[in-house]
Amino acid sequence: MSIETPAPNAGPFAHERVSISRTMGLVMLALLPATVFSFWQFGWPAIYLFTVTLVTVLLAEAVCLWIAGKPIRPFLLDGSAVLTGWLLAMTLPPWAPWWTGVVGGLIAIVIAKQVFGGIGQNLFNPAMVARVALLISFPLELTSFVNPAPLFAAGSPDWPQGLAITFGGQATDAFSGATLLGHVRTELAQGHVLSEILPGFYTPMTDAVGTLSGSLGEGSALLILFGGLFLLYKRILTWHIPVAMLGTLALAATLMHFVDPEHYTGPLYHLVSGATLLGAFFIATDLVTSPVSLRGQIIFGAGCGLLVYVIRTWTGYPEGVAFAVLLMNACTPLIDHYVRPRVYGRDRKGSPIEYADEIEVSR
Amino acid sequence: MKLFKIRGGVHPDDRKQLAAGQAIETLPLPALLHIPLQQHIGAPASPAVRRGQRVAKGDLIAQGQGMISAPVHAPTSGRIVGVGSYPAHHASGLSVPTVTLQPDGEDRWSDQIQGVADPFALDPDEIATRVGTAGIVGLGGATFPAAVKLNLRKKYKLHTLVINGAECEPYLTCDDRLMREQTDAVIDGIRIMAHALGVARIVIGIENNKPEAQAAMAIAASAHPNIQIARLPTRYPMGSEKHLVQTLTGRETPARGLTADIGVVVHNPATAFAVHEALRFGYPLVSRVVTVSGGAISRPCNLRVPLGTRVQDLLDYCGGFREEPARLLSGGPMMGQPLPSTRVPMVKGSNGVLALTAAETNLREPMPCIRCGSCVLACPCGLVPLDLAAHTRAGELEGAVSRGLMDCIGCGSCAYVCPAHIPLVQFFNYAKGEMAARGRAKQKQAETKRLIEQRTARIDAIQRAKREAMAARKREADAKKKAAAASLSTDMPTPLPTPASAVETEA
Repeated sequence: MSIETPAPNAGPFAHERVSISRTMGLVMLALLPATVFSFWQFGWPAIYLFTVTLVTVLLAEAVCLWIAGKPIRPFLLDGSAVLTGWLLAMTLPPWAPWWTGVVGGLIAIVIAKQVFGGIGQNLFNPAMVARVALLISFPLELTSFVNPAPLFAAGSPDWPQGLAITFGGQATDAFSGATLLGHVRTELAQGHVLSEILPGFYTPMTDAVGTLSGSLGEGSALLILFGGLFLLYKRILTWHIPVAMLGTLALAATLMHFVDPEHYTGPLYHLVSGATLLGAFFIATDLVTSPVSLRGQIIFGAGCGLLVYVIRTWTGYPEGVAFAVLLMNACTPLIDHYVRPRVYGRDRKGSPIEYADEIEVSR
Repeated sequence: MKLFKIRGGVHPDDRKQLAAGQAIETLPLPALLHIPLQQHIGAPASPAVRRGQRVAKGDLIAQGQGMISAPVHAPTSGRIVGVGSYPAHHASGLSVPTVTLQPDGEDRWSDQIQGVADPFALDPDEIATRVGTAGIVGLGGATFPAAVKLNLRKKYKLHTLVINGAECEPYLTCDDRLMREQTDAVIDGIRIMAHALGVARIVIGIENNKPEAQAAMAIAASAHPNIQIARLPTRYPMGSEKHLVQTLTGRETPARGLTADIGVVVHNPATAFAVHEALRFGYPLVSRVVTVSGGAISRPCNLRVPLGTRVQDLLDYCGGFREEPARLLSGGPMMGQPLPSTRVPMVKGSNGVLALTAAETNLREPMPCIRCGSCVLACPCGLVPLDLAAHTRAGELEGAVSRGLMDCIGCGSCAYVCPAHIPLVQFFNYAKGEMAARGRAKQKQAETKRLIEQRTARIDAIQRAKREAMAARKREADAKKKAAAASLSTDMPTPLPTPASAVETEA
């Protein structure tokens, strides 16, 4: 008995049990608890919007692959499109009309991903490109938040009412409510100080548990954090981007809060509110659009954290995670070009290492 | 002892349990041995036997050629039935010069084989010479002639001999078994090498997945205070000599240098065993221990194999295949090479024959890179493999070189962890091969240019010489004419300059 090995090629001839679909699947698994919690919090309209977004991204991906002449099945099943749609849906207001999901999904997949060449080629995080495009184009729909109306709770919309909200545009003002970041910002602009605004409206606990109004994924900070820790445990992520981002944000907030506690909120407020944790663990860490070296990731994360703070505090938008991540995405090629690991046996400049006590070596 | 951390690396499933419990068995003599003349790095050996000649075990059958080379000896007694070519133990399957030997079954050692009573009384040079004439090469797989490495003391200031018992490749257990079963012989060989190198300190590095070998070597080494046992963390590529030395000394070998640059020489335990055999008994290197393993092998085992035995003979002894293997490899799964067929002979550098099932190789269609950075984390050399591969794919090889392509040791850690299953090592091997080919082409071009210039200069010189000779003849003729004219009439006016003299001034 003898075998002829097919065309010779290089090793290794063993492989870790990893694949792109496994990576994407684990990220989705990490998002699942927070997503389910948000479904419960915001009811049927949230579920409809999520479904519409996912169906859109899958169709858009399939059509783009078909046009590009790429094999559809393996690329559709790699999970990257679903994850993009999922993350996009997480950043939309839960009761936003169905077409925001459709338009957002198309922008994310067609413009932000496939036009650049498909998976791995995009410079910017597709979900964030779509969110920012929607926010700028449809500011009203993208900032109409509702207070939580848990599934099956008295007064919450049942499934036909949910259909009317998502597909019929019949959102009722009865549920509308401002996000914490938006509310605090408006109040500050009207000349109030934090000691008047925050009591009664905010405690870190309600924010952490997620019983405030906000977008789908801004719900439970704790469950997002849990998902992020799961990804760290599974080694899908390293700690560098999340820790650098959260650390910088907390540091900036602490400094400013120390300078003027009546006008600048403290670090905990920034860490648990809005999309901070979602951004730190799931959006800034997007593999394709973040630097590949660990030092580069620290720079990237710190840049994200600083920009989030700057945008939230001094610009016209109450929340800045999407903008911050996109701006840092633009810096990724630059970071990757200049920040590289030191090559073995060489110094940082690339010359072979020399040891002072070995100079008598003769060649 | 204190160990230092290395960057990167991976933790492949080591699968050593398949063969680690199997004691070394001696493979029965096969019907024919095909002994390639190049089983080492360097110049091939040239045959020293004729067809039909009878040889005893250990007789020289090919002589080493040049500085970096190694001789080849008869693995058993018998008759030379061919001096020709045979498929090589190499992925290409190309034929190489090979001596074919038909064993006579007596396995009779040559009468001239003679050991040394006390190798430690020998001059270091003499030890290196004996190691060289025994045909010993690095048995960890690199097959660099061991004698050349023992002579490094002449060029470098050495202080430590490191024995690389890491055996970090999955499946392979031949060094493990050798250290467990031939402990005293291995230690003796190590001490002889240290004597030849003139170093006092010896460190034997063994990974923690080989506790029996660690224990056995520690007991045997306890009699020699200059020998330390380093218990290495199990991590691939711990057995890369530069990374092993860094783990033990905390120092990186300078780029493009040798470990000798930082005073360390690394040898393999199997090489130490061969040195012991060569010095104590005079036996040249004619056999080696090989691990035959993998999920597709019926009975994984460790075999002492005469060099030149066909892979098929090993497989037959191990009960053949349990199932059709997806891959047949020489060496470990990380850096080993696919074997073109089971006909090829075993050589000095083959430490394993692996038949892997499809489940073990986990081969999948490559997907696009998602820039996850796993390869950057895994690279023990601080490279950015995804970047190197992108440059190579784009044909931008200079860019790959400037980003450290030549610092890549080809360990395969990056490709092992790549979730997109991109064959990164294939890219790097292609780029390295292409750069080498370009280097050769450039050298050839320069050489051609030099030869053309020389030829032009030579032709010019010939023509000039011709012209000068012609001018000289003309001058002579003129002088004769002048002399003749002068004898005819002494008061004739001086003649005008002739065309010949004009040529001369031009020249």
